[in-house]
Order: sequence, then structure tokens, then C-alpha cells
Amino acid sequence: MSKSFSGGIHPAYNKAMTAEIPIADMPLPDKVRLPLSQHIGAPCKPLVAKGDTVAMGQKIADSDSFVSAPIHASVAGEVVLVDDQAIEIKTDKEKSRFSGAAQSYNNQGELRQIIREAGIVGLGGATFPTHVKVTPPEGVTIHTFMINGAECEPFLTTDHRVMLEQGQEMIAGSKLLMEACGAEKTIIGIEKNKPDAIEHMSKLIADEPAFAVTGVQVKYPQGWEKQLIKSLVGQEVPDKGLPLDLGIVMNNVATAVAVHRAVEYGEPLLNRVVTVSGSGINKPQNVRAPLGTSVADLVEFCGGLKPEAAKIIDGGPMMGRALSTLDTPITKGTSGILVFNRDEVHLFSEDPCIRCASCVDACPSRLLPNYLALYVKREMLDEAEEINLMSCIECGCCSYVCPSKIPLVHYFQRGKQEINARNRNQ
Amino acid sequence: MTDKFVVGPSPHVLGPKTVKSVMWEVVIALAPVSIAGILLFGLDALLVLVTATVTAMILEALVLHRNLKPASILGDGSAAVSGLILGLILPPSTPLWMVVIAAAVGILLGKHAFGGLGNNIFNPALVARAFVFMSWPVAMTTWHGPLSLSDWTTRVSVDVASSASPLGGAQHGLMEMFLGQTAGSIGETSALAILLGAIFLIVRGHIDWRAPLGYVGSAAVVAAIYSFLGGDFALTTIAWQLMAGGLLFAAVFMITDMVTSPVTKTGRLLFGIGCGLITMVIRLYLSAPEGVTYGILFMNAMVPLIDRYTVPKVFGEVKSR
Ligand code: SF4
Ligand code: SF4
Repeated sequence: MSKSFSGGIHPAYNKAMTAEIPIADMPLPDKVRLPLSQHIGAPCKPLVAKGDTVAMGQKIADSDSFVSAPIHASVAGEVVLVDDQAIEIKTDKEKSRFSGAAQSYNNQGELRQIIREAGIVGLGGATFPTHVKVTPPEGVTIHTFMINGAECEPFLTTDHRVMLEQGQEMIAGSKLLMEACGAEKTIIGIEKNKPDAIEHMSKLIADEPAFAVTGVQVKYPQGWEKQLIKSLVGQEVPDKGLPLDLGIVMNNVATAVAVHRAVEYGEPLLNRVVTVSGSGINKPQNVRAPLGTSVADLVEFCGGLKPEAAKIIDGGPMMGRALSTLDTPITKGTSGILVFNRDEVHLFSEDPCIRCASCVDACPSRLLPNYLALYVKREMLDEAEEINLMSCIECGCCSYVCPSKIPLVHYFQRGKQEINARNRNQ
Repeated sequence: MTDKFVVGPSPHVLGPKTVKSVMWEVVIALAPVSIAGILLFGLDALLVLVTATVTAMILEALVLHRNLKPASILGDGSAAVSGLILGLILPPSTPLWMVVIAAAVGILLGKHAFGGLGNNIFNPALVARAFVFMSWPVAMTTWHGPLSLSDWTTRVSVDVASSASPLGGAQHGLMEMFLGQTAGSIGETSALAILLGAIFLIVRGHIDWRAPLGYVGSAAVVAAIYSFLGGDFALTTIAWQLMAGGLLFAAVFMITDMVTSPVTKTGRLLFGIGCGLITMVIRLYLSAPEGVTYGILFMNAMVPLIDRYTVPKVFGEVKSR
């Protein structure tokens, strides 16, 4: 039996389109747009004004809140717009060269500060500020650090490529993160559909007694933090709790690389690897794109859209967000830009629920999606909360398997919003 | 290239299953029992199956679409499933007009009076059988044995009374019962054909083992206790009880009916056990052959309650809660 969790689904993975192609570095775009909120937590406040000249890597927005992460200029140039949403910079390609120096630190606190100042957040898509994650509350001891290399979303291959191309940096970053959170060992979890990554990582850690690599079952959502922890150590993170409660901290592959670069070169988060894929794009590949690059520029770099392109997704096909326009920036959380052709656009139709229980069997959180949807539809929020609507992770397994094509996740998002709004008003 | 893209909620990929595909695959799973029934009971069986299925499909088309276009008649396949199952649980000699009435009761009263697909509390085919059983008990308990191939086209009418079913006291070897060479309802006699359908449904992921296992398991336990108390305990008696009447057919095709069984895993097991216990108690202690029908109908009514009390512990739920 492969290491795994209960529930889950096996969608078509469609990773072959990009898995073998080396990451391409994208030239700097003419302009970048950097949203002030690219992370979970308090949005940043601008530190620059329109007309200012900024250097590449200069901090341009920050916040006093602990749970937040500063934003840096991903190019050098002139600030052309500052509003309460974003900062836009017109690129000066001549001057766009980052220079920094290795950072030194004397204790955990200083190391965490370096991570914070570099603006690093969970790059798997969760965008939780990394310095917060590696700061356990008083009295909590972390014994194990984990690297999430599951990458379970179909199409996405960024972590896969990064592990192959920047494995050494990832290990170095993991050591730093291990130190920052006080863990004694690191487990790297990788889905078994990436045997080359498992092999490569195993080689790299051959002389590292504190490291272990574990292959886990190929099943969506294996890369969801709590599910992967269950697969790796057999324990369930408490409902509404955090991995901390089990003495565990988990970070994504690319996050570890970013931490390494922040310490080694003093480099803040300036770019990220994005999988550009799907049937509607001419040249599917992984691209290292400056933060703030517009999807339009990124798509252009990948040979443009095919004429049949009909749907653009920010993220993976299971949990990503459909974009209405290409005029959307790549942010810290953008793991993929997928383009689907018209004939692949599924429409939810909503036949009646036939109580087939497929959704119940597929739900990794062990919820009853059919009843949850019924309650949300009927505005029975108390009942929905009673059967744990708030524990839904919006993974989409239920919607995927539903023969009636009921947009279950859509109902859950709505229900959660309504419950949150109601709780705020009380 | 326009900048107009389709937006909509996640997920952006959906699985291959549809209501139609599920329903028609259930029809495929019913093929072995249907073929076995027709081979065993001749033209009578074929006519009953066709009448029940077609009546159900036509009525559903009229209720839902108010027309009889081919697409409306085919519909989502759920009427075909209910109709065919109904035909399979009727005696082969059932007069065709009675079959029509049964199908009408099943579709109209059993299904659409409750709001249609997904909303019916009771299994429509069982509602229909309970209705005709109460209305014409003699026809519903008059069986005839398997026909030889030469008699295949012979119509056996009800009043040319017939042989007893195993539950009615007929003696049969276990092998005969396994193959279905006994008197009984069209689809209920051949354990072999039922198992073929079961394997297909399980492999295709349409049914879960819990309800059937709970059902057959609890029935076996009751049969064992009963035969033990009666002083004639033997494994063959238990096997005989399980293969007699409609128990196995119900285990695979009726207590697994999606709409009328619980959605929780524990609930499915409890539901199966409940159905098994009631079926056997009615059969053994009330000496009524209709235990399967009433056992399941009773438990159908319990489904909302069962679901409510078997809500699973959510991932990571702390035990003390
Ligand atoms: S998968 Fe869809 S049809 Fe089946 S029980 Fe869940 S909501 Fe109902
Ligand atoms: S979206 Fe929510 S309810 Fe649906 S499978 Fe995922 S966790 Fe369960």
C-alpha cells in the first residue's frame, strides 16, 4: 500500500506536456503590476510614490502586521501608478540588474527576519507568510520539517522542474528553514509520478542524515498540507488546527529555494516559476517570470493563444481561478496559467442529486457534500455549520466526481462567505 | 483574439460520470439477470420485462417532457432502471395489464409524487410491487418453474396454476438454485446471474460492498440462529435461505439503490443490516414471503435518520469532541 490518505480522486494528470522541458527565463516585461496583497494576512502599504525611481529588489510596500510579507520591485524603473490595490513600474531594462550580498544571522530570530524581509510566502499557492510559519508559538516545539513536493494538481510541473533543476538550492533552503523552526529532521514528500525527482532528491541527500525522501501515492489532493502529513507520518492534523499541533512545519519546494537565495545572495522574492500549459497555448512550458508580469506578456512569451482558447485559469484546474482577462498580474501565488480550448470547458448543469454518494467517498475531509450543498441552497447555515462546512478545503473532489455536475464547491464558497459575514455581524 | 474568456467556479475539469452513464451502466448490470430470466421463463418473461420497462419510460417522458420524442423516452435512463427492476421482481406469469399498472404506480406514485429523481424516499420498483402484491396477492404468489426450450414460447397463464417457489416449500438442490432453475420472479432466481451483475457494478464503482454485505451477512446470521434453535443447523440451510426468494437480487440491485439508501459509509452498513434483519424476521417468523419488499421499504423510510446519526468524523476531528 502506498502512503496515503482517505478519499481523493484520480483526474487526468496532463503533466507530460511540460514535465520534460527545462524552465525558461522570461525577459523582463515593459511594465509590471504588483498587487499590495499577494499573501494571506494584512495587505501592504506603499513605500513609494508615483514618479519615484526604484531599483530592482527595492522594498516598495510593507506592513506593520506580523502576518504579512513585504513587496519588492521585480524590475528597476519608474513608478507609474500607486493606488490602494497595486503599484505599477515601468521597466528600465538597462538598470534592471539585482545586486545583493549574502546575509548573516546570529540566531533564529534574525534568520526569520531575513526571510520576512525577503517577502517570502508559501509558493505552492497558499501564500502564507513563511516567517510566520517557522515561528512556533510559545511552548510549541517543532521536531520535523517537511518539504511538499507532491504537486498533485493536474498540469502543474513547477515544483517538479525546480526539484530537478534547483535541487541543491532546495536542500540548502530546507536546512535554513529547519533551523528557523527548530526542527531536527526533514522529510521530503513527492508523488510517485515523479520518479526522476524522487531519485534525484535521494541522491542529493545521500550524505544528509537529517533528511529523508518519501514517495507518496499519486492521488489528488495529496499536496494539500494536512493530507500529505497524514500520508507521510500517519497522523491527522486536528480539524481547525495547524501542523504545529503535531510538531510539524511544512513548506513548498520553491519556498525553500527562495529562502536559500534570500540568505545566500540577499535576494528578495523577485520572480517565480509558473507552469504555462493546456491545449490552448502554443508553447506549453515552465517559465521563470518576474512578479507582476501580466498574463498577456507571459502568454506571448509562450507563443500566444490558439484561436480556440476559451478559458484561462490562474492556478491548477482543480482549485484555480478562472480569469476574465489576460490583463492580470502574476503574483507570488501563481503556480500555473492554464489555457483550455472551448471543447474542454465543462459547464456545470445541475441535474438533481441522485444521492450516489460519490462525493462522500471522494471527500478527503470526510464531509457530506450532498447535504452541505442542500443546506447552503436552502440557506440553512446552522445546519451546514453543524456538519462542518467550515472544514471544507474547497479541493473540488466532490464536484469532480458528481454525476449530476452540481457546482458543489461554488455552494460551499458561498456558504462559507455567508457564515463568515454573519459571524462578523454578531 | 478577444479578451472574453469563460469564467466559472472551480474545479475546471470534471470527471467522466454523468447521471446518464451511471443509469445505463446499471441497465447493463441488469442484463445477465434479464437474459437468465428470459432463458428460464420464456416469452412470458420477455413480455413482462419489456412491458414494465417501456411503460415506465413512456410515463416518465410524459411527466417530464409532455412529449414522446425518442430523446424524452430515453431520458436519463433512470426510468428504464426502475422499470426493468420492477419487471425482474414480478412473477413471469403476471398479466401484462397488471404490469402496466405496477409500472404506473412505481413511476407516478413511487417517484414523481415525491418530486422526481433524487427525491423519492421509497424504491419505486418496491412501491409498485407492494401495491400489486396487496391488490392481487394470488397473481403475485403464483409462480411457474423454468421452461424447457421447446416450451419457450408457451404462455403460462395465472389460472393454469403452477409450481411452488422454494420459499413456498419446493425442494431444490443448491446447484439448481445457484443457476436459477427454480420457480420465482423473473430476475430473482439465478444467483449466478445476480453475481455477474454485482461484479460489474462493484468494478465500475457504482455500488459499495457495505450495504450488500450487511444485508446478506445479517440475513445469514438470522438464518443460522433460526436453524440452530430449530435443531437443524447446517450451512446448506443458510445458503438455501440466502438464495431463496428475492434476497440476493435485492442485495445487489435494490438496497444499493442510490436515491433510497444512506450516503454515509457507516449508514450504508447499518441500512443493509436493518434490511436483512427485518427481511428474515418477516420471512421466518411471520411466514410471509414478502419480507424483502417490506424490510427494504421500512428501512427506506429510516434513511434520513440513519444519515443524520452517522455523520462521519471530519478529518482531524479530536476524539473527545
Ligand atoms: S456526487 Fe452529486 S449526485 Fe452524487 S450524492 Fe454527491 S451531490 Fe448528489
Ligand atoms: S471541496 Fe470540500 S466538500 Fe468537496 S471534497 Fe473537497 S473538502 Fe470535501
